[in-house]
Amino acid sequence: MSLEILDQFHDPALCKNVLARLNDTLTGPLRFMEVCGTHTVAIFRSGLRSILPKEIVHLSGPGCPVCVTHESEVNAFLDLAGKPGVIIATFGDLMRVPGSHGRTLKAAQADGARVKVVYSPPDAIKLAAENPDSIVVFLGVGFETTAPGVAASIIMAKRQGVTNFRVLPFHKLVPPALMALLSDDDRESGGGIDAFIMPGHVTAIIGIEPYRPVVERFGRASVVAGFEPLDILQALLFLAECQRDKTPRLANLYRRVVRDEGNAKARAVMAEVFTTADALWRGLGRIPDSGLEIADAYAAFDAKREFDIEIKECPPLPGCKCGEVLKGKLPPNRCPLFGKACTPAKPVGPCMVSTEGSCAAYYKYQVD
Amino acid sequence: MSDKVLLDYGSGGKASQRLIGELFLKNFDNPELRRMNDGAVLSVTGKIAVSTDTFTVDPIFFPGGDIGRLSVHGTVNDVSMMGATPKYLTCGFVIEEGLEMETLERVVSSMGAAARAAGVWIVTGDTKVVPRGAADKLFINTTGIGEVIVDPAPAGDRAAPGDAIIITGSMGDHGLAILSTRQGLAFETPVLSDCASLNGPIGALLRGLPDVHVLRDPTRGGLATTLNEIALASNVSCELDEDLIPVRPEVRGGCSLLGLDPLYLANEGKFICIVPGTDADKALKILRADPLCAGAVRIGTVEALDKPGAHGRVVLKTGLGGKRLLGMLEGEQLPRIC
Repeated sequence: MSLEILDQFHDPALCKNVLARLNDTLTGPLRFMEVCGTHTVAIFRSGLRSILPKEIVHLSGPGCPVCVTHESEVNAFLDLAGKPGVIIATFGDLMRVPGSHGRTLKAAQADGARVKVVYSPPDAIKLAAENPDSIVVFLGVGFETTAPGVAASIIMAKRQGVTNFRVLPFHKLVPPALMALLSDDDRESGGGIDAFIMPGHVTAIIGIEPYRPVVERFGRASVVAGFEPLDILQALLFLAECQRDKTPRLANLYRRVVRDEGNAKARAVMAEVFTTADALWRGLGRIPDSGLEIADAYAAFDAKREFDIEIKECPPLPGCKCGEVLKGKLPPNRCPLFGKACTPAKPVGPCMVSTEGSCAAYYKYQVD
Repeated sequence: MSDKVLLDYGSGGKASQRLIGELFLKNFDNPELRRMNDGAVLSVTGKIAVSTDTFTVDPIFFPGGDIGRLSVHGTVNDVSMMGATPKYLTCGFVIEEGLEMETLERVVSSMGAAARAAGVWIVTGDTKVVPRGAADKLFINTTGIGEVIVDPAPAGDRAAPGDAIIITGSMGDHGLAILSTRQGLAFETPVLSDCASLNGPIGALLRGLPDVHVLRDPTRGGLATTLNEIALASNVSCELDEDLIPVRPEVRGGCSLLGLDPLYLANEGKFICIVPGTDADKALKILRADPLCAGAVRIGTVEALDKPGAHGRVVLKTGLGGKRLLGMLEGEQLPRIC
């Protein structure tokens, strides 16, 4: 897409127009949750948060892949990073995420662990080909957006006969997490989500149908939106209209990227390599069928099997409220650690580590 | 000389002498260096400014420059930012055994050309060759000495409410040129490093407008980090208008692809200058007369902090009219997962 077209999506005059219509449409408080971390950052970075009507309450959901990676999963890859003959290949976001004892991949790297930041899974296959005497383990963290690419790279490695490439599969699926979140959502515990902005990139893969229960069973209006300020304002206008009409609806307002039916080819690649399994989410705990494991046909590429890694529940980090923040029950600045014991320089919880975490966004961008 | 740098070249014996004579003296030639003493005896007038920097850039050749040029520009600029005219440089080379001699020659020749263009003499130096793997190809340290033009010198703690914040051109070019080369990415419009010696425009500015409060080059950490350092040191709020900060479309596009923010990327040929608000137009006129600063523009204003006890900060007014903090970077920018 050309940059000129994107420019229109943050045109101040167009945005002001939609903002005025949003103001006219609002009939009362509207508590919306954006599921995706990229939306979180877009809302802060564009300055939108500071100009939204005060009736709109902005909650950030469990859509930052680093943030929802469970402590025990972080511990597992930190343990792996110390093993002789292992090279860890990872997206950069994971480098600073602390495990239970405050250790990070960055620290492991300084201690001599071989850790390489890559931009895509095929880079990790290349790394494996260049280091035939080592085992390259790619950390498979991310949602439905990332998983097909990782699946494709496993198929590619098999075809190319690369035998020293492994994936540690910690992928997570968005729809089961939304159901879990809504089953536990009530105003008494600080929750109370009226509506959702659904993730753009995830929906490009899974399509809009998986959100149908959010609307029909739980009665929450839901809209798939892009990441430019105008995208977000139009999404909020749609949610305000649903609230005014007392009719929760589902809409895809990101048609320039997302087809309603999603991407069947990408889903087929995922289904070829992965099977669904229960997964542990930080803050949300164990959610049935919300994770991916490597299917038996591709067992040779599974780091979990090779290194006999078992993911166990472990106590959350003391004092850290990331779990409550991820459920939209606590604004980041109300966590007792926020800005004091927990800052981007010395993060306690993952919501402060990831550039897409809501605590980091709040700390970095919020003026007052 | 052999076609690769051998450990012998750092021994201090005949091999070292050949390297110095046939390579360094040839490219850096000036009367002081020609005396081939252990050090240099220099003449300066008045106060001097000194700055040192070590260059470890990877790759050593990048679009728009190389480690040699950069090691001259970087230190010339640091001395200039002290309100001084750079006169002399020293240089120290740490060379990894096995480096192609041709590569070293290209770097040294480029360094010599950059020094001549900036009007500085490289007056003394040192060469060490370390075993393979003990360094990555080539590291260069340069120290610069300059004569102070204005006193008190511009300094990070002198930004005052009402001052205008000016930058001299587009942000992020150098950082993106390096990162995209490292990642093997080629953009439709190539992104070139902006690396350049800035002593020319800075001299003109300080002679035309002696009361410059702050001069800083936004190198590592970019505009955002440098302005935060200034805001903290001066205990003020730097209020910027996002729409006024120039970023080339190809840099913006590349950054959006890599998940980077151009305001945190290094620049090697631009500077921030903070002057009293009433002098802003005069400063812009002087700067724009120099081709290196043709894109000079006022991007914001220094304001007092609104609450007692608050820390200095940088606030960005976004295109939509909203406001957000522009904070410091924690370590290096890391590519993100989606």
